[in-house]
Amino acid sequence: MSTIKELKIKAVEIRKIMLQMIHDAGAGHTGGSLSSIDILVSLFYNKMKHDAKNPNWEERDRFLLSKGHSVEGYYSVLADSGYFPIEDLSTFSKFKSELIGHPNKNVPGVEMNTGSLGHGLPIGVGMALGAKKLDNPCTVYVLMGDGELAEGSIWEAAMAASNYKLDNLIAIIDRNGLQISGRTEEVMSLENLEEKWSAFGWDTMQVNGNDMESIIEGLDVAKQRKGKPQVIIAKTTKGKGVSFMENIPAWHHGVPSEIELEQALEELDNSLKELM
Amino acid sequence: MKKIPCRKSFTETLLELAKKDKKIVALASDSRGSVTLNEFADTLPDQFVECGIAEQNEVGIAAGLAEMGFKPFVCAPACFLSTRSLEQVKVDVAYSNTNVKIIGISGGVSYGALGMSHHSLQDIAVMRAIPGITILLPADEYQTREMTKKLADFDGPVYVRMGRGPVDNVYNDDFAPFEIGKANVLTQGNDIGIVATGETVPQAFNAAKILSKEGINARVLDYHTIKPFDEESILKAADECGAILTVEEHSKFGGLGEAVAHLLIEKNPVPMKIIGFVDEALVSGNSSELFEYYGLDSESIANAAKELLGN
Repeated sequence: MSTIKELKIKAVEIRKIMLQMIHDAGAGHTGGSLSSIDILVSLFYNKMKHDAKNPNWEERDRFLLSKGHSVEGYYSVLADSGYFPIEDLSTFSKFKSELIGHPNKNVPGVEMNTGSLGHGLPIGVGMALGAKKLDNPCTVYVLMGDGELAEGSIWEAAMAASNYKLDNLIAIIDRNGLQISGRTEEVMSLENLEEKWSAFGWDTMQVNGNDMESIIEGLDVAKQRKGKPQVIIAKTTKGKGVSFMENIPAWHHGVPSEIELEQALEELDNSLKELM
Repeated sequence: MKKIPCRKSFTETLLELAKKDKKIVALASDSRGSVTLNEFADTLPDQFVECGIAEQNEVGIAAGLAEMGFKPFVCAPACFLSTRSLEQVKVDVAYSNTNVKIIGISGGVSYGALGMSHHSLQDIAVMRAIPGITILLPADEYQTREMTKKLADFDGPVYVRMGRGPVDNVYNDDFAPFEIGKANVLTQGNDIGIVATGETVPQAFNAAKILSKEGINARVLDYHTIKPFDEESILKAADECGAILTVEEHSKFGGLGEAVAHLLIEKNPVPMKIIGFVDEALVSGNSSELFEYYGLDSESIANAAKELLGN
């Protein structure tokens, strides 16, 4: 349980670790990973019950990265949390590495193999339903992308979650507004997104997904509400934290060059100084 | 004694097992009637999950339940479960190695007259190409019972296909061996090997009776397990019989026949023929009419065997 200030510092540090990893690998989904870092940090360093030394602890909270392509931030957080040595990140996407380009259960801390979009929420429904049957007090968190919401299986699961009244399920949408082909509202419009979830029987809220106070407060409220599944629409900026990556669709899976990496790390170091 | 369909034998056995093992859960997609899960749902409501008409979600939910320690049996018509949910079967079940049993009922041409949307003649082909999933097709109600017992203790992804109506039994209360990955030899002939799977096994068994009246001794092999594939029994039959005929309620593409052909062409090429459904939308008809029309009934199998032997 870290303070807000510590969480903000951690989020910058994770961005640095992750960008170095993507640069070294020559591959990665930079933009969507950067947008989701603050959400990941708030979960893994503050809200979630979990123990890197005991990854199979039965009452741990479950986390599913439904937007599996943002695995770079996830691996960075898991390594930094102690699930595996941080040096292993240098093997990301390399020949025979376990750290393949989408979440893989062979990596300690990863709950499920994901990568095909629209799969996380159905699995989360199964986990939350199972937890209810077992009186397991865990909470199931599912992080989804906004472009991903065009997958029909998300809405099958949304219907089921409210049918089963799964108030131990918290879905978070990384609402950065961009997907690989451009703006979500131009590719396949999602708005009014909150009304859609509400119509499916969920408690909804919007937070600033790149503001630690706002995310933590939202997660607290979601945890306290009872009787319905919870969705947090986290407004984020794709590429958040590095000025020249923000809101540029090309950084969806752009890889920073040596010079770009230096510039990015310098910006992040400046952010760290401001936080200290 | 009255014959019961395999799906009924499955649900009756599953109910008995689930009464003792609270980790067993059955999932349905508005299919509890067609699967024959009504009694299960009424008797063990806490172990039954209704998913509505949403097969992709049904498989995803099962994977989540499995990760929480349950033993989910996902039940739905094979036609929808095997192809509509294929992505979830591939990623959430096989790739993630979750302990989920995918139970496809009314498979093959069980829903004969309902048309191609309701036929599942591609399921073996697609499942075979996915690493990490066991594929089972029981032959009759007795074998289905033994299979279900084995499945309750088997940890890992499995796809099962069974049919809708009752079939002639080839096994009985005292004899229904079922070892995953080990074919059963039903008759001991050396003139031709007839390799069948699922509910074509009774047809192959009856074909062997027809052939024996004409002095041809067929060795009928029940391939209840398509994956892992029992190579040894096929190679032994090829070696000792010199010709292999395969029979399956499936497209000729990608099923049992091609698995056998693949093995034989590499290890011991002998004359062989694949009996299965042709690559077209089938004519209307009930399951036995379609078996007869497309050459999967016992008479046709016997004739194909004679033709293969040059008689």
